[in-house]
Amino acid sequence: MLGAALRKELLLQWRTRGQLMAVFVFGATSLLLFSFAIGPNSEELRKFSAGFLWLGLLLSSTLTLSESFHEEMENRALEGLLLLPSDPRALYYGKAIANWLQLTLLGIGLVPVMVVLYDAGTTDVLRVLLVVVLGSAGLSAPGTLYAAMTAQVKAKQTLLPLLLFPLIVPALLASVKATSLAILGDPMGQSWSWVGLLSAFDLIYWSLCGLLYARVVEE
Amino acid sequence: MELANNRSPRMPYVFMAIGVAFLLFGSYKGLFVAPAEEYMGQVQRIMYVHVPCAWNGLLALTFAFVAAVVFLINGNFKWDARLEAAIEVGVLLAFLLCVQGSIWAKPTWGVWWDWDPRLTTTSVLLFAFLGILALRKFVDDPVKRAIWSSVATIIAYVDVPIVYYSVRWWNSLHQLQSNPNTVSPVFWAPMRLNAFGVLFLMTGFIMLRARIASLRLQYELTEPPVLSGEEAGELA
Amino acid sequence: MQEVSVEVERVARRYGRRWALAEVTFSVRAGEVMMVAGRNGAGKSTLFRVLATAIRPDRGRATIGGFDVVKEREDVRKLSAILAHQNYLYESLTARENLEVVADHLGRRRRNVLETLEQVALGSRANDAVSTFSAGMRKRLSFARILLQEPRLVLLDEPYGALDPPGFALVDDVIRDLKSRGVTILMATHQWERGAKLADTALVLEAGRTIWQGPAAEALEHEPKGETAAGSVL
Repeated sequence: MLGAALRKELLLQWRTRGQLMAVFVFGATSLLLFSFAIGPNSEELRKFSAGFLWLGLLLSSTLTLSESFHEEMENRALEGLLLLPSDPRALYYGKAIANWLQLTLLGIGLVPVMVVLYDAGTTDVLRVLLVVVLGSAGLSAPGTLYAAMTAQVKAKQTLLPLLLFPLIVPALLASVKATSLAILGDPMGQSWSWVGLLSAFDLIYWSLCGLLYARVVEE
Repeated sequence: MELANNRSPRMPYVFMAIGVAFLLFGSYKGLFVAPAEEYMGQVQRIMYVHVPCAWNGLLALTFAFVAAVVFLINGNFKWDARLEAAIEVGVLLAFLLCVQGSIWAKPTWGVWWDWDPRLTTTSVLLFAFLGILALRKFVDDPVKRAIWSSVATIIAYVDVPIVYYSVRWWNSLHQLQSNPNTVSPVFWAPMRLNAFGVLFLMTGFIMLRARIASLRLQYELTEPPVLSGEEAGELA
Repeated sequence: MQEVSVEVERVARRYGRRWALAEVTFSVRAGEVMMVAGRNGAGKSTLFRVLATAIRPDRGRATIGGFDVVKEREDVRKLSAILAHQNYLYESLTARENLEVVADHLGRRRRNVLETLEQVALGSRANDAVSTFSAGMRKRLSFARILLQEPRLVLLDEPYGALDPPGFALVDDVIRDLKSRGVTILMATHQWERGAKLADTALVLEAGRTIWQGPAAEALEHEPKGETAAGSVL
């Protein structure tokens, strides 16, 4: 059933792929705006480039995450699936994996924007990629759960970031640190501890949120 | 369903009175009897409220976590009322902690916020649980509200140690532990007295607040209307 | 093929402070077709949602095929299918894709999808997105969705809604077909005469209560007159 859920999610994402492009533009614009906050000082910008990248991705995630439940709620399609019956956990992991994929693509797309705007190039491309993958996973797991919750509520635009942002602080810290070390240099080899923290966060929340999802979408 | 009876409760007020008594005594000892700390002077005295608030804040949020788990297991709305109360009191204490931390940091370090790991974790917690209170405000259905805030509380609480460790690592490269020395026993007595004071006061608050929440839930979760034999006959 | 009966005992369900179902008790024999009638707001949709296990009853119990709707939810879901007010469709997917999603989640192969679309006269629109469909076409697609599930209990909430006369005939055909296979059917409808012709028994709801249950032929005599009911308010 996870396969069925995942296939449906990917199909839906493919159908609405235009929106992903729009979110990417939003993310890139945010990165541009952040640089205006610092000023045209390349050295300064480079120091903060990792932070900007992840803030941009975080802000973009609120758009893609809430969008991922739009069609589920429009005609109560999610309820329709649950009544077939479907296992809520499979539905959760299908959605979370699809959101993870989307955020990873966004992140990978924003990296060159970061490199250009902030002169933040790096030879350690693989490490940056790894952090983008793990960091996106950290945003996707609780994000999918909260998006399911807030999609059913009136003030959904505000509530999702309100609930998600404090929660993902460890993932944000770790992702920024690890990315920053890849860009600015890592003489003491610290980035692996940050990757470890990020992985632990991912593991905990992918398990916990999967367990709790049923209570959030079922009556 | 009866969640709260109609008599005005006495226990919470008793607790609060005991709490205030402890606080008065403890504050007296802390402000006038205990000596000033060697390096930091009078500012250090804020620890006499700061540490008790910290212990009790964590206690309140732990109780919220327990209430959330119990509610998800047995569905008894008394625990949802307790959850609401514990979160509100916990948020209040977290806010106080942040304010106290700033009051201490400014004269000591010259800045309003010194990124101390414990205080930074507290600020993240403050926002996390404020978010849960906002969630409760926006959900009208009492059942959904109870279930969702329980889920959100569990998720936020599990995050506490993770946030703490990540901030500690993040900050350790820049700054040493910045909290003052509180090992000497001469500092202990007022702190313990105040800790008990805040504990009793907080418990009283939680009891009262939970009762208010129970009364509201009672109103929201009404019984189905019972028709008399006549009215039932009329419809048919 | 399993024959499924329905037992409902003193079920109640609130929305906010209003009891959409105050006390509902009735039973349906296996293979029977029951028409559920009542004014708007009488509680028909809420009752169907409880039976479909989409929502839980606040009081009372209900069993479908012997399975409790709260404690044995998954078993009930395997046996039943509902045609609800919300059509459970994905707007950006095609008719065919919507059904394929259902087939996938049921663990079945996708063979029957086109056939089922033909059965509801949507074969020519199989590859069109649902967002281009009219209300009547969506209704027919929802029917297809139910047929694909091969249920033993079918809950039809306003099956004739948004359809034209050919559509009505299609619904009648589907209902007769299901009936001939021993499927138990509950049908909520405002079309008293049409419903009474197809149904064996009828149930009349008013303000969240059962006020009459009996042979479908006699249902018309018990039709409540007047405006919309408001449900029971405390």
